[in-house]
Amino acid sequence: MAVTALKEYIGVPRDSIEHFGGKQIVYASWDHHLLFASSLMMCLPIDMPFGEMVNGPLTALVAPDPDSAALDWKKVEWMKDNKPFTPDFSKSLAENGIGHKDQIRFHTPGLNSLLKVA
Amino acid sequence: MDMKVAKKKLGMKERYRALTRDLGWEPSYQSKDALFPYVKYEGIKVHDWDKWEDPFRLTMDAYWKYQAEKERKFYAIIDAHAQNNGHLNLTDARYLSALKIFLQAISPGEYAAHKGFSRAGREFPGVGTQVACQMQAIDEIRHAQTQIHAMSNYNRYYDGFHAFVDARDRIWYTSVARSFFDDAMSAGPFEFMIAIGFSFEYVLTNLLFVPFMSGAAYNGDMATVTFGFSAQSDEARHMTLGLECIKFMLEQDPDNLPIVQAWIDKWFWRGFRVLGLVSTMMDYMLPKRVMSWREAWEIYGVENGGALFRDLARYGIRPPKGWDDAEKAIDHMSHQFMLGLYQWSFGTSFHSWIPPEEDMDWLSAKYPTTFDKYYRPRWEHIKKLKAAGTPFKNFGLARLCQCCQLPSVFTEPDDPTMICHRETVYKGEKYQFCSDGCKDIFEHEPEKYIQAWLPMPALFREFGGDVPAWMDWVGLRDGSDNGDYDGSRDQKHFNEWRNLATSNR
Repeated sequence: MAVTALKEYIGVPRDSIEHFGGKQIVYASWDHHLLFASSLMMCLPIDMPFGEMVNGPLTALVAPDPDSAALDWKKVEWMKDNKPFTPDFSKSLAENGIGHKDQIRFHTPGLNSLLKVA
Repeated sequence: MDMKVAKKKLGMKERYRALTRDLGWEPSYQSKDALFPYVKYEGIKVHDWDKWEDPFRLTMDAYWKYQAEKERKFYAIIDAHAQNNGHLNLTDARYLSALKIFLQAISPGEYAAHKGFSRAGREFPGVGTQVACQMQAIDEIRHAQTQIHAMSNYNRYYDGFHAFVDARDRIWYTSVARSFFDDAMSAGPFEFMIAIGFSFEYVLTNLLFVPFMSGAAYNGDMATVTFGFSAQSDEARHMTLGLECIKFMLEQDPDNLPIVQAWIDKWFWRGFRVLGLVSTMMDYMLPKRVMSWREAWEIYGVENGGALFRDLARYGIRPPKGWDDAEKAIDHMSHQFMLGLYQWSFGTSFHSWIPPEEDMDWLSAKYPTTFDKYYRPRWEHIKKLKAAGTPFKNFGLARLCQCCQLPSVFTEPDDPTMICHRETVYKGEKYQFCSDGCKDIFEHEPEKYIQAWLPMPALFREFGGDVPAWMDWVGLRDGSDNGDYDGSRDQKHFNEWRNLATSNR
């Protein structure tokens, strides 16, 4: 049994997608850029194009980092589910396979102003 | 004429027996299983409840007498503190942030522990156990009350103290402590004893209360020192009860060992995560610091914890699974967490600040291998942003861990340049974690943790991302309770009042 209980017990997931009014949660993390203390959380329309997320909310959120000006979104290495991933900027989050509460990561070799990376 | 009078008073030993063991009658018209339905499902086998020794052999009448005496002393000092403007004897009002976190996160935990022990006292069949749990239940509610009373004095003068009950249930950083207790209270009675008796009392009390009370004394907060003293003698009893419970389970049946070990692994890690808040308090929030978090860990974690696990080794218990990961995190966690608290300070009901230069130098000296290399550059950049008139606020809310509910601010155990990313899929739903420890706990009982009320997703789920509405709901007054200490009302008031108290201005 997936919980220690007197009898069979089924939990109800609290944060499933139907509670978010047509939107979904997406987490984004810029590897080695720890000015941002944790992954950035965004709540976005499921049909939002990937490129719109990148150029809109994501660009705004990473602006305080000194590397943000040199950030070329076309060149970053993306990961999803901690595996390499090639997004299509013109397609929606859903079409890119980015589901509710998924996490994407982006890696920018050479851009390390605040953190020496071995 | 001399007459032999019948002895009227019972001796201590007889009184103890009459007030405990004599209460354990055999049921006649109900089965024991029906009376105590929750004592077997966790899998712990008990053959003889009379083997449970209550180490203190305290009777209720003696208990009332001791506690009443302590209450009299406590309230006398609290009165004196209030009448003499004790709040102006603090080193600095920055200290109050530590106190606000304590009131919002820990004092309600004492109340939760009270509820839990009331329940455990009912659910255990052994009389010694029932009486010990009953006394601990009363202790815990007393601690909640004395803490709230001691800190209520500050509420008259400073922001951030007024809505601790709402904060406890609703604000994001307190959900760490809340979920710790919710997890314990929704477990069976034996696991509850490990959660509170071992993790809360052993792991946390040493590292929370001892340095916290010394910190209070160092920073002139006599009200808090007083509740610390008043609780201290109870804590010794609680720790002994927790340890007694572990030993009792291990001595009753060899089959209990793997269950107890798994609970020790789980609750060590959960306790360690709650300590994240304590580490920031010790390294950053005390204007006059007692010792660093690293030094406290050496004494209370490594030495005391090590001794405990050597003691339990004869039963086959090994140190908790997360022990090595914990050790690797010690030189990083306070910095990672404080940087988080600062950038999300628009959503905290206490103030944070950029450490002044002398504090940064102290941190470099205490953390020679990590602070200058990893953390000082971030603080310096944040300082620059503030000087440029664009103070750093991270409106990307944090990814919370599905288990401990902390923002995932922690790095890989062996790579301090990389956030620790862990995720799993259960029944088609994605879940995120801060560490292997938290992911393991989830995967052992997913049906429990999928229900977690996580404050950050809730801001979107229940408020559609409307931050001002959320602030109203959590009792946070924007512009006074939250934000940078520099420029706050607390700072202004403290300085004005202290000047009035110490000069002719």
